[in-house]
Amino acid sequence: MTSTTLVPDRPAGNRRSARGGLPLTRVSGLGLGVAMVWFSLLVLIPLAAVAVTASQGGWSGFWRTVTNEQTAATIRLTVGTALLVTLVNIVMGTLIAWVLVRDRFFGKRALEILIDVPFALPTIVAGLVLLSLYGPGSPLGVNIANTRIAVFLAFLFVTLPFIVRTVQPVLAELDREAEEAAASLGASRYTTFRRIILPSLTPAIAAGAALSFARAVGEYGSLVLLSGNLPMRTEVASVRILSSIENDNPDSAAAVAVVLLAISLAVIVVLDVIQRRVMRRG
Amino acid sequence: MVDRSIAARTQVGRRPGRYVLRGVVTAYLFFLVAWPLYLVGRNAFADGFTNLNDILTDPDVTHALRLTVVIAVTAVVINTVFGVGISILLVRYDFPGKRALNALLDMPLSVSPIVVGLALVLVYGGRDGWFGPTLEAAGLQIIFAVPGMVLATVFVALPLVIREVVPVLQEVGDEQEQAARSLGANALQTFRRITLPSIKWGVIYGVVLSLARSLGEFGAVKVVSGNVLGQTRTATLVVEEKYLNFDKGGAYATAFLLALVAVACIIVVSVLRPKEDR
Repeated sequence: MTSTTLVPDRPAGNRRSARGGLPLTRVSGLGLGVAMVWFSLLVLIPLAAVAVTASQGGWSGFWRTVTNEQTAATIRLTVGTALLVTLVNIVMGTLIAWVLVRDRFFGKRALEILIDVPFALPTIVAGLVLLSLYGPGSPLGVNIANTRIAVFLAFLFVTLPFIVRTVQPVLAELDREAEEAAASLGASRYTTFRRIILPSLTPAIAAGAALSFARAVGEYGSLVLLSGNLPMRTEVASVRILSSIENDNPDSAAAVAVVLLAISLAVIVVLDVIQRRVMRRG
Repeated sequence: MVDRSIAARTQVGRRPGRYVLRGVVTAYLFFLVAWPLYLVGRNAFADGFTNLNDILTDPDVTHALRLTVVIAVTAVVINTVFGVGISILLVRYDFPGKRALNALLDMPLSVSPIVVGLALVLVYGGRDGWFGPTLEAAGLQIIFAVPGMVLATVFVALPLVIREVVPVLQEVGDEQEQAARSLGANALQTFRRITLPSIKWGVIYGVVLSLARSLGEFGAVKVVSGNVLGQTRTATLVVEEKYLNFDKGGAYATAFLLALVAVACIIVVSVLRPKEDR
């Protein structure tokens, strides 16, 4: 999964990549050229097109679009809910990783598989899955379809694996001796966790949190059937972009898309900084 | 808690707190993932096999399923070739802009699928995209056609192979490759005989994860496909369309098929992986 980028448990690898590598040969140079052309055609040029289209109306046009009452509401809801979900994930993700690494019990393997399900499950199916338990006709007798809770729940579902999978390998590699030393010096378990374990987990938690925030902000598929996409209430930014596209208004679609892209870019920068810091320490 | 002895504190599996944590985690995953997932299966089979039978004999649905598989397989092949190539370049070679490229390769994972679709439409759209009209004049329609759906799927699954292969390449090191080269092997022989066998498992995980992601792509494909019945409708679009048209049985049955494949992919990876890691 995505976690492999951030796993600082491969010291040999990190040292190697820090050292650089061979200079390009003719064959590898050609390969790099082909790869870059493909990457540009697929990713860089299309994303640039979004930025260019958004800037066509000038700064005032852009600002008018994103501060439009309905659009601003979607951005507020998306970012606010994503932050809230990320906070829940920081606690629950770390807890799940802890139990999966430190505990041993029957059925743990099944839990491991459940963690990855949201990653592989098609998002539209994820929406349907949540609807079957929390929507109309729920066996629990709750119906949160078409409410803001549905948005929260959908985000929570699709972002489940991120923090678990970034924290888990770090926790598994953690040196137990420091914990035992702290305990033998009289530290309570809470103190040991806060002073010894938590500092080593922080980069992994931060990296997972950044990924989970970015994933939530861009989420679309799981909300289609679940949240009802009610303007001013449960409409998220991606849905707003889609309706602009469908109404043949690519300029305002691009403006909102730029806001989301800026968030993605910020997340990537944060990840890069964290990765470099971890590498230097290792 | 404070007056408990050190020995008990450091011992594994004897603390009541452990059972509380275990319970909390299990309950959380049960309510968030396991139970809802089970209900989809149950709803799909609420009338026995009729739902499943109905969708599998519906030519529009079978066309959508076939199209989904074709698009996903094409996307996986493209991403595997590109992913293995770029991983080798990133790990083994040094070139300007490497750090920026490395960071940008993660971009597709954090971009909204709708934004992906929009970006592709703006460039390849037949009416007023940057390249679209030229390509269309040359007889190649991309948006609202299969090529665009492949592009969208490739985009969203782009980093998965790379993220699996890069750490493996770093781990195995390049001593063997250097030895092969000094014994006179050319680049292709070195790749086929030395590099590929050593990264085999990384590639396989990457392929399985990409396949799961590609089969299930929804948002980006929805924007670029035009969702034309019997032509550019994929399985995930069928789920949406059936549900919104009050054919819940059909929606659940199609969702069940997609969920089955997704869970199978996860299980395959989780069964294979420990052999390699431990």
